[in-house]
Amino acid sequence: MRGRLHAWDVAVLLLLAAWATPFFWQVRTSFTPDTELLATSRVLPARPTLIHYQAVVERSVMPQALGNSLAVASLTTLVALAIGVPAAYGIARLPVPGKGLLLLAVVASTAFPQITTVSPLYLLMRALGLRDTWTALVLANTSFALPLLIWLLAGFIREIPIALEEAAFLDGAGRLATLRRVVLPLIAPGVASAALLTFLASWNEFLFAYTFTATEASRTVPVALALFPGVFEIPWGDIAAASILASLPPIVIVVGLQRWLVRGLVAGAMKE
Amino acid sequence: MTARQRADRRAGLAFVAPAALTLAALALYPGLWVLWLSLQQRIPIFHIARFVGLDHYAFLASDPRFWNAARVTLVFTVVSVGLELVLGLAVALALQRQRAGRRLALSLLLLAWALPSVVTAKLFEWLYDPSAGLVNVLLGGRAWNWLGDPALALPGLIVADVWRTMPFVALLCYARLLTIPPEVYEAARVDGAGRVATLSSITLPLLRSILLVALLFRTLDALRAFDLMYVLTGGGPANTTETLTVYAYRTLFQTLQLGFGAAIGVVIFALVMLVAAGYLRALRREGLAA
Repeated sequence: MRGRLHAWDVAVLLLLAAWATPFFWQVRTSFTPDTELLATSRVLPARPTLIHYQAVVERSVMPQALGNSLAVASLTTLVALAIGVPAAYGIARLPVPGKGLLLLAVVASTAFPQITTVSPLYLLMRALGLRDTWTALVLANTSFALPLLIWLLAGFIREIPIALEEAAFLDGAGRLATLRRVVLPLIAPGVASAALLTFLASWNEFLFAYTFTATEASRTVPVALALFPGVFEIPWGDIAAASILASLPPIVIVVGLQRWLVRGLVAGAMKE
Repeated sequence: MTARQRADRRAGLAFVAPAALTLAALALYPGLWVLWLSLQQRIPIFHIARFVGLDHYAFLASDPRFWNAARVTLVFTVVSVGLELVLGLAVALALQRQRAGRRLALSLLLLAWALPSVVTAKLFEWLYDPSAGLVNVLLGGRAWNWLGDPALALPGLIVADVWRTMPFVALLCYARLLTIPPEVYEAARVDGAGRVATLSSITLPLLRSILLVALLFRTLDALRAFDLMYVLTGGGPANTTETLTVYAYRTLFQTLQLGFGAAIGVVIFALVMLVAAGYLRALRREGLAA
């Protein structure tokens, strides 16, 4: 924080804290014993408890779902970067035949509604024997993450002075070596931003995961949360604890890696 | 062609090939397949698969459930996006004057945006609970059944969506505001422009283009939205929150009519592309789009 807080700053912070209330309320609920759930007049529970977290960790599918989500989101990010970084470099710098068409396809597919392709993708995954696997989710999520990733990275690459690459070329480096040793280090912050956005999108993704999975073996966090079982009444405390666990990676990204997140978001909207 | 140009061409092809093949296999191919699917009657559990031409589309034209879903989608999109733009702009202007605590402010702001929409649905399901939900408590102990009352469910859904997506608009506007050089405001002050004049003749015109971009992104996302309503209300009560996407999903995977569901998906796709094309024309008139 720079300088002292003025009245205006405090007012803005209070306003934004108020906006975040639905989340804070869920945090409160996750520590509130069931007997106190109706006592909404208190801001904090009288007897805070970890019983909901214990229930979620010990007796729900959440731990496995967290593992699945972590694996699917990480693999999606790695695969999308491995495919997307060279493609972005090719589009930004190299004379690729049919480049205009490819660029059009990239832009058009960012507007693709998931609901339109979910049925053929479902039939495709079933035909390939990939139902209820991580692979199906990684493939589907990658196809949706790629266009934005390529778009973002191509923008970052265009900002690098081309003279640096020329120098590498004169030293006898091929395109791959130039990409690895000159371009990649320079766009590292941009790659971090694109990777964060891809990870976040994949962590939050629901429609594909809900459709392509069938058992705990591959169900991700959003699916497990949507299907959270309640036998006679809704277990609000357990659901709250599960929601907080599902929110941990997004919170880490927003609070700890904010600079890269903001850069990626803003660049995606402002680059023409 | 020099040796270097030939080498660059080969490298370029090799670099873009994996991405082009992935998009072809997982976006273009399903995109064409869904068109073909939409011309068939496909009900796998009854082993029905036959070509019906444009029958599904003809049926949609007189399908009251489709027109209801189209209306819900339209209301949801227009009201949500409108509120998001107004509130997002207001928050951005408030942030612009902030000196200290910006990082904390952005953390609080972006939290709602970064959460999985399924989590948002669960947060609001609890907030809207008729007996113990915070919303009714804050409204003075009412017993309104937010998600069960046909008159309240769509407004309740829209509030949840605005909560989730306003931060995106605010962030874009705020980022644009940061690029305005302080000298511009300095000059306006020297010229004796008041706060209102500065806002209406300097700040807002400079925000015009980013607002259009935000409008484009948010409209496309609202038209395609699915997770929030599917988990929060499931399209109910009495289909009052059933958007086109929820109708398509229920048709595809609950009644397993793959061909008919595909046709609804194609209509959504056409709608999204139509809106995108309209906005891009507007942006081009502004001299913005590539």
